[in-house]
Amino acid sequence: MNRHSVLYLRTAGAWLCALLLFFPIFWLGLMAFKTEAQAISTPPLMFFSPTLQSFRDVMARDNYTGYALNSLFTSVLSTAIGLAIAIPAAYSMAFFPARGTVGLLKFILSSRYMPGVGALMPIYICYQYFGLLDSRIGLTVMFMLMNLPIMIWLLYTSLRELPREILEAARMDGATVLDEFRYIVLPLAVGGIASTALVCMVWAWNESFWSLNLGASNAGTLAWLIASYSSPEGLFWAKLSAASLMAIAPIMALGWFCQKQLVQGMTFGAVK
Amino acid sequence: MAYLQLSNIEKFFGAQHAIKGIELGIGKGEFVVFVGPSGCGKSTLLRLIAGLEPIDKGSLQLDGRDITHLNSSQRDLAMVFQSYALYPHMTVFENMSFALKLAGVDRATIRAKVDKAASILDLHQYLQRTPRELSGGQRQRVAIGRAIVRDPKVFLFDEPLSNLDAALRVQTRIEIAKLHRELGATTIYVTHDQVEAMTLADRVVVLRDGRIEQHGSPLALYDRPANRFVAQFIGTPSMNVVPSAALPQLANGNGSGGFVGIRPEHVRLGGQAIGGLAATVDMVESLGVETLVYARLENNVQIVSRGSERTRLQPGDRTALLFDANAVHHFDAAGNAEAAVMQAAL
Amino acid sequence: MNRLMPRTLLTPAVLAIAIISIVPLLITLSYAFVKFSLLAPGEHAFHALENFHFFFSDGAFLPALQNTFVLMFSVMFITVLCGAALALLINEAFPGRTIVRIMLISPFLIMPAVNALMWKNMLLNPIYGLFAQVSHLFGLTPVDWLSQYPLLSIIMMVSWQWLPFACLIFMTALQSMDREQLEAAGMDGANYGQKLRYLYIPHLGRAVSVVLMIEMIFLLSVFAEIFTTTGGGPGFETTTITFMIYQQALQSYDIGAASAGALFAVLLANIAAFFLMRVIGRNLAK
Repeated sequence: MNRHSVLYLRTAGAWLCALLLFFPIFWLGLMAFKTEAQAISTPPLMFFSPTLQSFRDVMARDNYTGYALNSLFTSVLSTAIGLAIAIPAAYSMAFFPARGTVGLLKFILSSRYMPGVGALMPIYICYQYFGLLDSRIGLTVMFMLMNLPIMIWLLYTSLRELPREILEAARMDGATVLDEFRYIVLPLAVGGIASTALVCMVWAWNESFWSLNLGASNAGTLAWLIASYSSPEGLFWAKLSAASLMAIAPIMALGWFCQKQLVQGMTFGAVK
Repeated sequence: MAYLQLSNIEKFFGAQHAIKGIELGIGKGEFVVFVGPSGCGKSTLLRLIAGLEPIDKGSLQLDGRDITHLNSSQRDLAMVFQSYALYPHMTVFENMSFALKLAGVDRATIRAKVDKAASILDLHQYLQRTPRELSGGQRQRVAIGRAIVRDPKVFLFDEPLSNLDAALRVQTRIEIAKLHRELGATTIYVTHDQVEAMTLADRVVVLRDGRIEQHGSPLALYDRPANRFVAQFIGTPSMNVVPSAALPQLANGNGSGGFVGIRPEHVRLGGQAIGGLAATVDMVESLGVETLVYARLENNVQIVSRGSERTRLQPGDRTALLFDANAVHHFDAAGNAEAAVMQAAL
Repeated sequence: MNRLMPRTLLTPAVLAIAIISIVPLLITLSYAFVKFSLLAPGEHAFHALENFHFFFSDGAFLPALQNTFVLMFSVMFITVLCGAALALLINEAFPGRTIVRIMLISPFLIMPAVNALMWKNMLLNPIYGLFAQVSHLFGLTPVDWLSQYPLLSIIMMVSWQWLPFACLIFMTALQSMDREQLEAAGMDGANYGQKLRYLYIPHLGRAVSVVLMIEMIFLLSVFAEIFTTTGGGPGFETTTITFMIYQQALQSYDIGAASAGALFAVLLANIAAFFLMRVIGRNLAK
C-alpha cells in the first residue's frame, strides 16, 4: 500500500466516522428549521425552505430567556467560585506535597463517584430547610461542589507540569511564595486553568439531575426547558428540535470556538 | 573565617546519608569547582548552599552572617541552572530584571544594570525576545546575565555547559573565565567535566559519596593526588594504577599490598630497548596532537601510554614500555598516597 | 519553609468536599434506620431492618444491579474499543482534520436530556425515526428499539455521547508517542499490526485507565437518558440502581427504603472507586 492510498483511505475513513457521529446533531439542527408537518414526513425531507416558526413557538410557550440566563449564571458563577477554591488547593498539593497528598487526592476524586441520587434526599431536605430550593444560588453551589473534585485534579496535573527549576530560579531571585504564584505560576498555568474552566462549564451547563430536583420555574436552567418537552403533550418534533437547539447551541458554540483548550481540559492533562 | 564557610554540613534524604560532613572555606573572589562522579553529591551541596534544600546539620556562614536557615531569597546568592530555567513568558529584559523588580528597585537603575550586564554578555539585540526564540548558547548567556545583574555575594553554577554542543562549550568556558577575571566574583561551579575544572578553577574540590576527597589547585591535584580515587579521576586518560605486586619494578619494595600509579604521559614506548617491560599492543588511538597506545604487559596488566610522537605500531605488535621512575605515585592498601612524588621537571 | 500556608490553601477545598460527601452520608444513614415515608408523616420508629429488607427484596433490585453493570461495562467497552480505533485513524495529518475534530467533540457537548430526546424521537422512533426510514430503504421491518431492545438503546445513546471523550484522550496519548521507537520498530521489520500490538496498545494503557476512571463516575449516575426515554421500563429492563433509588424516593415517597438503597449505592461507588484508585494511584504518584 503506497503512501497516497493510505492517506486517501485514512481521510475517507475519518470523514465518514466524523460525519456519522455528527449526523444526529446535524439532523436535529435541520429539523429545528422545519414545520411540524415537514418534520415528521416520510421519507425524511432533506431540502425545504427553512422557517423560524418553531423557534418563535418555543419562545412564546416557555421562558427561554429566563432559563438561558439561569444556565449562564449558574455555570459561569459555579466555575468561577470553584476555581477560587480549587486553584489554591491544587497549588498547595502540587508544590508542597506531603506524605498524605496522594491519599488526599484519591479521597477527593473518589468522593465524586457517588451518584447524585445517593445524596438527593439529605440535600433536598437541607435545601428546603435553608430556603435554597428553586434558587440560583442553591444551584450554583451544587454545581460548584459537583465539579470541585475534578477541577482540583485537573489543576493539580497541569500545575505539576511546571518545571521545578523555573520556580527555584524565582526563589533565588528573591521571590516570596506569593510572588512566585503571581508572577510565575499563574501566567504559566493560564492554559491549564482555561481548559479546566471550559470543561467544567460544559458540565455545569449540561447538568440535569440537580437542576430538575432542586430547581423549578424560578431558577430552572435550560434542563427545565427540555424536560417540559419530554412529556407526550410536548411532543412536537420541530418545536422539540428548536428547543433542543436553543438549549445546546450556546455551549456548542463555545466548545467549537475554544476547541483546542477544551480538548486539553477533556484529556485531563494526565495523559502525557 | 573564610568568606563562605561550610562547617560540618550534613544532609539526609530519608535514610540516605547524601552529604557526610563537609568542611570547606572559600575565599572572596575565589573560583571553586566542585567535581566528582555522578551521585557524589556535588549538585546537592550546591543546592544546600543556595538554600533550595534545607541543611540538616552543620552551619553555613557568608561574609560573617549565618545563613544556614535563611530562605534562598535572603542569602544574596545567584544561581545559573543547568537547564537555564529562564521564565518562558517573559522577555530577556524581564528575565534579567525580575529580581530587581521584586526588590523594588526603580526603573532607571534597573535599566542601567541590565544594560551593563547585556553589554558584558553581548545580549543587547535580544533584550525584547522571549527565551523560545533564542538558541541554547544565547539562553545560557541570558541565564548568566540574570545572575550578574543581581551583583550577588556568590555566583553558583550548576553544570551550565552540559547542554551545549562541544564547540559552544569551549567558547562559553572561555567567556566564563574572562567574566571571572573582569568581575572578580566569588564563584562555586559544579561540573562532571574535568577539563572545565582544570581550566576554570582557582581551587578544585573533588567529591565522592558525600565527602571531600581532596581540594587544592588544579595542578596540585594533578601532581600530588591524595589517594587513588583523585589520582584516577583527574586526568584523561586516567592514571595507570595497578597493584604493587603486578609491577614490582616500580613499587621499589614499598609496602606490599599497596598500589603504584603512573600517568600515561610518563610511559614511553621503547621499541625493543633494554630496560623496558615487554608488552603487546591492544589498541592505538591517533588523535593528531598525541597518540594513545593501550598495551598489555606479560602479566596481563593493561597500561596506557601517551606520547606526542606518531607510531607505526598496530594491535598485536610487540613493544616495550619505559616508565619514568621519578613520576611514580605510591598508594597504600587503603588507597592513600604515601611518599610524595618528586615534581616532574617543568 | 512555612508549614501553615499550604494547609490554609487546602482548607476551603477539603472542607467543601468533606461537607458534600460526609454530611449527606450521615443524614442518609440516619434515615435508613428509621421508618420515613412521606406518605406516613410523623412515624419515625426504628425501622432499619425493614428498610434494608424492603430495598433488597424489591423485585427491581437484582435486575437493577445487573443492568447497572451491563450498562457500565458495555459503554466502557464500546467507547474504549471504538475510541482507540478512531484515534488511530485520525492520528496522522490529513485534509480537514480540524473540522473532523470539531465534529467529533460535538456529542460530548450535548445535554444528556437532549441526547435522550434526540435518540428517542428522531432516531429510534419506529415510525418516523431515521433508523426506521433507513430500514425501509433496505426493505426491512423497522425495529421498535425502545420497546424491544431498551437497554441496548440506552447503551447506544450513552456510548455515542462518550465516544468523543475516549477518542480524544487516546489521540492525545498517541501524539505523545516516541517517534523514534516507531521508526526503530519499522527498521526491525515490524508491520502495522505488530507495531499496534507491541507499541501502540501498551502505550495506550495509561490512557485507558484515565478513560475508565472518568467514565465510571458518570456511568454510575446515568439518569437523564433513562428518565426521558424508558422511565426504567419496560418492566425493570432499564432500571439501574441509581434509577431505582430515585423511584423509591420520589415516586414511592419511601425515604427510609430509598436511604437504604442510597447507602448501597455509596457502597457500590466506593468499591468501584477503590478498584480504580489502585490502578490510577500508581499513575498519580508520579
